[in-house]
Parts: sequence; structure tokens; C-alpha cells
Amino acid sequence: MIEMKDVYKKYPNGVTAANGINVNIDAGEFVYVVGPSGAGKSTFIKMMYREEKATKGTITVNGINLATLKNKHVPIFRRNIGVVFQDFKLLNSMTVYDNVAFAMEVIEEQPNVIRKRVLETLDLVGLKHKARMLPTELSGGEQQRVSIARSIVNSPKVVIADEPTGNLDPDTSWGIMKIFEEINLRGTTIVMATHNKDIVNGIKHRVIAVEGGKIARDQQKGEYGYEG
Amino acid sequence: MGMKARTFRRHVKESFKSLFRNSWMTIASVSSVTVTLLLVGVFFVIMMNLNSVATSIEKNVEIRVHIDVAANDQDKELLKQEIEKIPLVGSIEYSPKEEELTSLIDSFGDEGEAFKLVEQENPLKDVFVVKTKNPDDTMKAAKEIEQLNYVSSVKYGQGTVESLFKFIDISRNVGLILIIGLLFTAMFLISNTIKITIMARKREIEIMRLVGATNSFIRWPFFLEGLWLGILGAIIPIAVVSAAYYYLFDLIQSKLVDNNFIHLLDFNPFVYQLSAILIIMGAAIGIWGSLMSVRKFLKV
Repeated sequence: MIEMKDVYKKYPNGVTAANGINVNIDAGEFVYVVGPSGAGKSTFIKMMYREEKATKGTITVNGINLATLKNKHVPIFRRNIGVVFQDFKLLNSMTVYDNVAFAMEVIEEQPNVIRKRVLETLDLVGLKHKARMLPTELSGGEQQRVSIARSIVNSPKVVIADEPTGNLDPDTSWGIMKIFEEINLRGTTIVMATHNKDIVNGIKHRVIAVEGGKIARDQQKGEYGYEG
Repeated sequence: MGMKARTFRRHVKESFKSLFRNSWMTIASVSSVTVTLLLVGVFFVIMMNLNSVATSIEKNVEIRVHIDVAANDQDKELLKQEIEKIPLVGSIEYSPKEEELTSLIDSFGDEGEAFKLVEQENPLKDVFVVKTKNPDDTMKAAKEIEQLNYVSSVKYGQGTVESLFKFIDISRNVGLILIIGLLFTAMFLISNTIKITIMARKREIEIMRLVGATNSFIRWPFFLEGLWLGILGAIIPIAVVSAAYYYLFDLIQSKLVDNNFIHLLDFNPFVYQLSAILIIMGAAIGIWGSLMSVRKFLKV
């Protein structure tokens, strides 16, 4: 599903964020990406949805070689990947429903398909009853659920989450994790960068630790392994 | 290509929304397009008319060779052949003095009646009307003809023709430079307006790119916004130039009615052609401006 071979990433300012990464993530896996701040976690994840391009090495996602993927084909590639961020990235001028529908409208889905899928997805994240509200009227956890709904509404094969619980309190974070578990159970691959020790140690999954731009540790049902 | 009508409606809606959302920038760029196109329009009216006058003058530049009264028919025939031998000469026509007098009298209109008295003793000379193949060679040909036998005098628009052409050439160049400068200013302002629009919608674009909207999908609303800005900017110039031309045409044409050379271009089709040019220019400025500013934001 996601394969990296000898991947290097050097930024124009001289920072080396990936220094020979080799990793293989299978379809349906749930993977935590952990590591200290500035260790290359973000770059590692961004390279998977082609937000950053590797300087050297090959990255294959969904059978597509990102090294040779043309810029104009990136949008089509992205349609098979859902992305969730720490800061939700919702459009505050639009309702919950429209925020989720937006992801389907811009890829020109049929209106009746959009309606059906959006309501289904909002139901899955438990927000169907708040479909007409604005994001600003919701709690942080609810906003993150809207953002998750948007990331999965197009039924991607992979969901990549960058610190999805970073802004949320522990109780809310567990609620968010339940949704990710649910999505994973339905067959979607999940790659989640996180600093949340309790979650990593509480819900056991494969753990990949990135340090100094390298894979420092890779273990099934692993531990968080850092203090705090 | 194959865009769904629903998608297109969405783009149109979005483009109008942002026109209103950034109303001040909209007004600023529409105004700059307006000023630019107004000047372009005025310039076009003047240039096209000058051009048409120049062409008709070019066509009418003729050398009038007055034939010495001492020449008999055979001498005239000889002179005609000599003139035809000059390589620069395109055509030659004989105009006897009776004809010359008639056309002189005609040219004075009613006042010409007074000349009727001299019809019996025509003081004019027979004339060869010579046209060169190329109007620029008029002077050269005239100089050569002057040397021939039985030529009493040679007349052509000495000096005035050349300086008119030079004047038209210079004003054309100056006008073009001015207009290109203005076009760039208008484009720059439009591209800035669109940039602000894009900034306001940065997050929206970011999300669109994240969920897999194609670049052309993202670009369309901005493209249309630029187009509207350009077309809106063309409205006032078209109205002003058309109205002005309509009134000035009557005013100027009535004063020039007796002049064979100077004909203003007819309102129809000239003003319609000009309007089309202004709209196309406005649209081009708008589209160019918008594409310039969107380009940077869509680098993947």
C-alpha cells in the first residue's frame, strides 16, 4: 500500500528531514508515527500524500510511483487519500454538511451521490444532527470529527492524520480514536503521527519511530517509548 | 473540456461572489481597465481615421503635368510616350483644358458661375494626370518629368504629403507605446485584485487541493473573475466612444463634405468593430491578469 525505498529529503535551506527511509505499510494496517519534534515525522507523512517530494529514492502509494507522478496527476492521486490535521482546516463560513460535501463537489460528484454519502458519513462520526451548524458552533472534538468525515467521504484507501488529537483534551481524544478504529475496521489504512503517549500505549498498533530523519524503531503492537 | 453545466454554474457563482466580497479592489481594477480602454478607444478612432485619410490621399496623389501651349498633337503624343517610359510611372491620363475648366468651375460650386464668362477664352493648359506606382515616388517622378520637352510646369502636393505621412507614423508609434504601458498597468491591477481574492480563499484552495480538486477546477472561478473585471471595464469606454463618435461624426463630416480626400469612417460598422476590439482587449487583460496571479498558488 505504502512503500518507501531509500528515501531522502533535503530542503532548500539545507535541513535533511529524511535520511534513508525504508518502510512498508500494508493495506488495512493502523500505524502510529512517533518521535521527537523536528525529527522528520511531518516530512515522512507529507511525502505520502505528495505534499513534499522526495529528493532521492522511491515512494509508492496505492501502486503509484510518486517520484514520477506528474504534477497534473497529483489531484487524481489525492482522491484516494484522506488527510486530517491538528487544526481541522474547516471552512468557517460553511455549515458542517457543506464542509463535508465540499470534498465531493470539487471532484464533481453527482448531487444525489453527494447527499447520500455526506449524510452517511456524518452519521458515522455522530454528527448527523448537527449538519446545519457552523464549525464555530461546535466543540473542538466535534470540529475534528467533521474534518475526519470530510477526509473519508470520498472513500479513500488511506487516511493520513497529522496529530489529530493534538488540540483536544484526553476524553475527546478517545472519542476521536474510536472513529479512527471504526474507519480502520472497515478496511481503510491509517497512518497517524502523534505525541499522545496514552493513546499509543492504550490502543495497541504498529509503531514507527522517526528520529533524525531515519526509522529508529518499527514494531508491531509497539510502545510510545518517549517520556510524556 | 467536457465540464458539466452544474460545475460551470458553480464557477460562475463563485466568481461573482468574490467580485462582491472584494468590492473595493473590484472597483479599482475595473476603473483602471476603463481608463485604459477609453484611451485605447480614442486612440483607435483617431488612428483609424487618420489611416483612412492617408490611404485616400495616397490613392489621390497625382502629378499634374501642364503642357506648354506651343505643343501640337504630335508633340503631346511624344511627351506622353516619354513619361510612360519612366519606370516609376503607373498611369497617365490626358485632360484637355476644356475639361480642366469645367472641373475648376464645378469645384467652386455656385460661385463658379462667375467663371462661365471666361469659357470662351480658356486660360488653362492641357494636362497629363500622372500617377506613380508607389505614392512615395511622387516627388522623384515629378522631378524627372520636369526635365522633358513641352512641359510648362509640374504640380503635386509638394511637401505636404510627405510630412502628413511622417506625422501619422510618429503618432502611431507614440500611441502604441502609451497603450502598451496602460495595458500593463491594468493587467497588474487586475492580477493584484485576484491575488487578494486568492488570499481570502487560501484555506479553501488548500482544502480543494487536499481532497483532489484539479488545478483547472480551482483556476476557473479566478479566470472568470478576471474575465468579468475586463468586460466590466470595457462598458464605459464603449458607451463613451460610441456616443462621442456619433455626435462628432455629424459635426466633422458636415464641415468636410466638399473635401474629396477626408472621409471619416462610417459609424456602422466602424464603431461596432471598435466595440468588439475593446471587449476583447478587456477580456484579454482580465484573463491574463488572473492567470498570472493564480499560477503561483497552484504549484504542487
